[in-house]
Amino acid sequence: MSTGGDAPRRSAGGRFVDGLRTVDERRVAGLAGIRSRWRALPLVVRIAALAAVAVFFYLLPNLAIPLIPTPDTNFASVLFTVAVYVLVAVGLNVVIGLAGLLDLGYIGFFAVGAYSVAIFGSPASPLATKYPWLMLIPIAIAVSMVSGVILGGPTLRLRGDYLAIVTLGFGEIVRLIAVNWSITNGQIGIPNVPAPPGKFPDGSPLFGVIDTRPFYWLALTVVLICMFGVKLLENSRVGRSWLAIREDEDAAELMGVPSFKFKLWAFAIGAGLGGLSGALFASRQGFINSNSFDVLTSVLFVAAVVLGGAGNLAGVTLGAVLISYLPERFRGAAEYRFLFFGLALIAIMIFRPQGLIPSRRRAVELADRKREAEEEVTAGA
Amino acid sequence: MNSRIKRSLAVLPVALLVAGAMGACSNNGNGTTTASGKCDSKIAFFGALTGPNANLGINIYNGAKLAVDQYNAKNSNCKVTLVQKDSQGDEKQAPALAQNLVQDPKVVGVVGPAFSGESEAADGILEQGNLPLITASATNPTLAQKGWKVFHRMLGNDASQGPAAASYIKDTVKAKKVFVIDDTTAYGKGLADQVKKSLGGMVGGTDTVQPKQTDFQATVAKVKASKADAIFYGGYYAEAGPFVKQLRAANVNAKFVSDDGVKDPGFVAGAGKASAEGSVVTCPCIPGDEAKGTFFADYKKKFGKEPGTYGPEAFDSANVFLDGIKAGKTSRAAMLSFVNSYDKDGVTKHIKFDKNGEIAKSEIVIWSYQIKGGEIVKDTEIKATS
Amino acid sequence: MNFEFLFANIGDLTVTGLSQGAIYALIALGYTLVYGLLKLINFAHSEVFMMGTFGALFAWQLVGLHENNPIPSVPMMIVYLLVGLVGAAVWSGVTALAVEFVAYRPLRRRNAPRLVFLITAIGASLAISEAVGIATGRQQFGMPDLFKTTTLVTIGDAHITNLDLGVIVAAIVMMVVLDQFINRTRLGRGIRAVAQDSDTAALMGINKNRVIVLTFVLGGVMAGAAALLYNLKIGVTRADIGFLLGIKAFTAAVLGGIGNLRGALLGGLALGLVENYGSALFGTSWRDVVAFAVLVIILMFRPTGLLGESLGKARA
Repeated sequence: MSTGGDAPRRSAGGRFVDGLRTVDERRVAGLAGIRSRWRALPLVVRIAALAAVAVFFYLLPNLAIPLIPTPDTNFASVLFTVAVYVLVAVGLNVVIGLAGLLDLGYIGFFAVGAYSVAIFGSPASPLATKYPWLMLIPIAIAVSMVSGVILGGPTLRLRGDYLAIVTLGFGEIVRLIAVNWSITNGQIGIPNVPAPPGKFPDGSPLFGVIDTRPFYWLALTVVLICMFGVKLLENSRVGRSWLAIREDEDAAELMGVPSFKFKLWAFAIGAGLGGLSGALFASRQGFINSNSFDVLTSVLFVAAVVLGGAGNLAGVTLGAVLISYLPERFRGAAEYRFLFFGLALIAIMIFRPQGLIPSRRRAVELADRKREAEEEVTAGA
Repeated sequence: MNSRIKRSLAVLPVALLVAGAMGACSNNGNGTTTASGKCDSKIAFFGALTGPNANLGINIYNGAKLAVDQYNAKNSNCKVTLVQKDSQGDEKQAPALAQNLVQDPKVVGVVGPAFSGESEAADGILEQGNLPLITASATNPTLAQKGWKVFHRMLGNDASQGPAAASYIKDTVKAKKVFVIDDTTAYGKGLADQVKKSLGGMVGGTDTVQPKQTDFQATVAKVKASKADAIFYGGYYAEAGPFVKQLRAANVNAKFVSDDGVKDPGFVAGAGKASAEGSVVTCPCIPGDEAKGTFFADYKKKFGKEPGTYGPEAFDSANVFLDGIKAGKTSRAAMLSFVNSYDKDGVTKHIKFDKNGEIAKSEIVIWSYQIKGGEIVKDTEIKATS
Repeated sequence: MNFEFLFANIGDLTVTGLSQGAIYALIALGYTLVYGLLKLINFAHSEVFMMGTFGALFAWQLVGLHENNPIPSVPMMIVYLLVGLVGAAVWSGVTALAVEFVAYRPLRRRNAPRLVFLITAIGASLAISEAVGIATGRQQFGMPDLFKTTTLVTIGDAHITNLDLGVIVAAIVMMVVLDQFINRTRLGRGIRAVAQDSDTAALMGINKNRVIVLTFVLGGVMAGAAALLYNLKIGVTRADIGFLLGIKAFTAAVLGGIGNLRGALLGGLALGLVENYGSALFGTSWRDVVAFAVLVIILMFRPTGLLGESLGKARA
C-alpha cells in the first residue's frame, strides 16, 4: 500500500487549515485582551456586571428579543432544560475539568437523583414517603453522593481510559436497573413526581405544568449558587489538590496530596450536583421513565464540558447552552440536527482544542504542547 | 456607575442576537393568524415524524392531513390549519411541545400523542390547558384511568387487544404452550402482560429483550428449550425482524404472533420473506380497505400508497374535531363537550366515547393480519371472547 | 436464578456465545490497535463497523444478490462471501481513514490533549451514523441468505451449526493472520516500534504518519470482516447498530487488556460467553448488567485487563 501520493495534498489542506487558524489565533489574542481588561476592573464593578448578567438571564423568558426564543416549542421549557444542562456541566466539570477524571457515565448520577425524588415522592411509588419536596432534594443529593462513593471507591484506582469504560458501564447499569426493577417500572415509569411547593394567590400551584418560568427561575438560582460554591472550592486547598492530581498524580502523591481521597471527593461532589440536576429535571417533568437516561445523553454531557472548555466555568456553561439550546432552536431541521451537531463538534474541536472559552491554566498547557509538536516536526524533518 | 459596565451589558444581548440570527432561516412563522373571528382554528398532530419511530407517526399524520385537506376543499372560505408537533416519540421533548400547543388558543384539538410514553408526559399538560385530544394509537390502558377529562382514544386499548391475541393463539393457532416475550417498552410490556394474564397456564416461558438489541441467541435458546408451539411477542418491528430470522435459523418453527408494533413492512425486511412467512400480527386497527366510504381510494390517490397502520383511525380522529369546528365549536370548552357527546359513524367504526374517553366496547375491533409472500395481508376480525 | 436452564443448555449457550464473542473480538481489534499506537479511544470505530455492514450489502446488490434470492450454490456462495468481504473491508477501511484524516490528524498536529480526540471521535461517530440514517431513511435492511443454517455436529447437548462454526473459525483465522502480520513483517515491526516509543521510532527513520494510516486501515479491515460475519449471523443492519456493538467491543478490548491483540480475542470471547450465561441465569434483560459487572470486578483485580496492555511487546 502506498501513501506517497498524499503528501502534497496534505500540505495544501494544511495550508488552508493553518490560514484559518491564524485568523482564529488573532481572535483568541483579542479574547485574552478582554480577559485581562476584565481582571483589571475594580471588584465592585465586576460584581455589578455579573449581577447585571444574572438579572438579564432572570428576565430572559419575559423579554421578546427577536430570534432567541424557540419558534416551535415552549421557550421557558427550553430555558429550563438549558439551565439543567448547565448544572450538569458545572458538576461534571468538577470531575473532568478540575480533577481530570474522565466520567462517561455521569447520566447515572443524574438518573439516581431523578429517581430518588420520584421513588420517595410520588404517591404512585410503593416506597412513597410523606416528606415534602424540600426534604426530597437533600435526600436525592445524598443518595447520588453515596452512589458516587460506591462507584468511586473500588474504581478510582483505575487510570484514564479504564475509568472511562467503567463509568460508562455504571451509567448503563443504572439505566438497566431502572428498566428492569419493578419499583422504577421501566419505560412505564413513575408518574406524579412532586413539584416544588408554593401557590399563587388564586390557589393555583406556583410550579404548574403550563408555565415553566417558575421552574426556570428556580433552576437558574440553583445554578448560580452551585457555580459560586464550585468557584470557592476551586480556589481552596481542595481545588489546588485537584489541579495537582490532574497535572501529575504521582508527583501530587509525592508532595503529600492524598490523591485517592481528593479524587473520591471530586467524584462525590460531581455526583451530588448531577443528582441535584436530575432531581430538578424529574420535578419539572412530573413523570420519568428509563428512556431519559441513555448513554448517548451521557456522552453529550462530556461533549458539553470539553466543547466549552474543561476547567473553566464560563466555558462549560457556554458548552452546555450550545448543546441543549441549538437542537431545540432548530427543530425545523429536526432530521439533520444531529448530523450538523456531530460535524460542529469536530470542527470546533479542531479549531479550538482547548474549548471555546479555555481555562487559563489549560490554555498555557496547550500552548506548551503545541510548541513541542512544532519542535517535533522540525526535528523529524 | 461607569460606562464600561453599560458597554459590556450592551454586548451581551448583541452576542445572543448574533447567535440567534444564525438560524433565522428555519423560522417558519406560525403567527400568521388573521383576526377573522372563528375561521382560523387549528388542530394539531402530536407524534414522531422524524427519528427511529417515525413510520407510525407519518401514517397518523397522513390520515389527519387527508381529513383536513378534504375539509378545506369543501370549506374554502373557512380553512383549518393542521399544526405538526414532531416529538420524535421522546418523552423528554413532549412536555415543552404540549405547552406550546396549550399556549396557542387557536388550537382546539390534538390528534395524538402517538405513543403511550409521551402521552404520560404530555397529556397532563393538555389537561391543564383543557385542550381535547384523541389518540389514534396510544393503547396503554392506564392512560384512560388518570381522570384526564380531555383524553379520548379512537381504538381499543391493550386490555382488549391482549385477550384478543390470546384467544387467537388458543382458538386459531390451537397452541398448547406459548412463550411470551416483551421488549420492556411501555407498549410491548403492557401488551405482553395482558396476553400472559389471558393465557394463564398456557404460558410455557417468558423472556425480555432490549430495544435496539440485534442478537437474540439467548432468547432463541430459551424458546427452543421450552418446546413452545407458539410465541407471543410484545414490541416493535425493529427487534422482531432479526429475532424471527434468528429463530428460524435455529430451526425453531413455533408460530410467531405479535402486535401492531410489528405490523410494518420493516418487519418483513428485517426477517426476510422466508422467515417472516406465516407470522401473525394483531391490531386494534382496521385494514385500510375495510374502512367505510371512499377513504381507501382517497388516501391512495393523495399519498400514492395504501393507508398504513392507524391511518384510518387518525382520519376519524381529525374528522371529529373538524365536525366540531364546522359546528362552530371554536373554544376548547365547547370542543370538549362536543367530542364527549359525539355520536356518529366514522370510517373505522361508530364513534362514541364513554366517560373515560374510551371508545364504546361494542365498537372495538381487533383484526389479525398474516404475512403471506412478504406482504402483510388481512386475515380475520377477531371476536373478543372475554 | 435459573441454574437448571443454564446447565441444561450450557453447550448451545457456549457455542452461540463464542460466535457472538468472535464478532466482538474482531471489532475490539480496531480499538486495541489504535489505542496501542496512539493511546486514544477511537470512539468512531463503532461506525467504521456499521459502514462495513452496509458495504457488504451494497457489494452484494451490485452483483445482483438481493435479500430474498434463493440460496446460491456452493461455488457461488464462496464468490459472494468474497465479494461481501471485499465490500465490507473497503467501506470500513475508507471510513476509518476518513476519520483519521478529518477528526484526528489535524489534532495530532497540534498535540491536543487526549480528551479532545474523544470529542471529535464522538462528533465523527454521530455524524456518520446520522448521515447513514438520513440516507437510508432509518430503515432496516435484511441480508440475503448465503447458505442454510444446519447443525454440523452435536457434542453432548451442544449443536454446532455451520454458521457459528464458520464465524468462530473465520474470526480466529483473521486474528492469527493479523498477529503474524504485526509480529513477523516489516510493516508490523514499524507499528510495534511506534507503539513502544514513537519519538525513537521516528529517529530510526520510521514514517510515523504512514504507520498510523496503516493501523487505521488494518483496524478498518478487521471491522469489515466483523461486519460480514455480523451480516451472516444477525441478518439485519441499520444505521444505529454501531453504538451498542461498539461499546461492547470496547468493553471486550478493555477486558482483555487494551492495546493487546491477543487480549482482544480473549476479551471478546469472554464477553460473549459472560453475556450468554448471564442471560440464561438472570434473564436477557440483565445481560448487559452482568457484562459490565464482570468487567468492573475483573478490573478491580487486574487493573489493566486480563492480559495487560502491550501492543509494543506483543511478541511473547
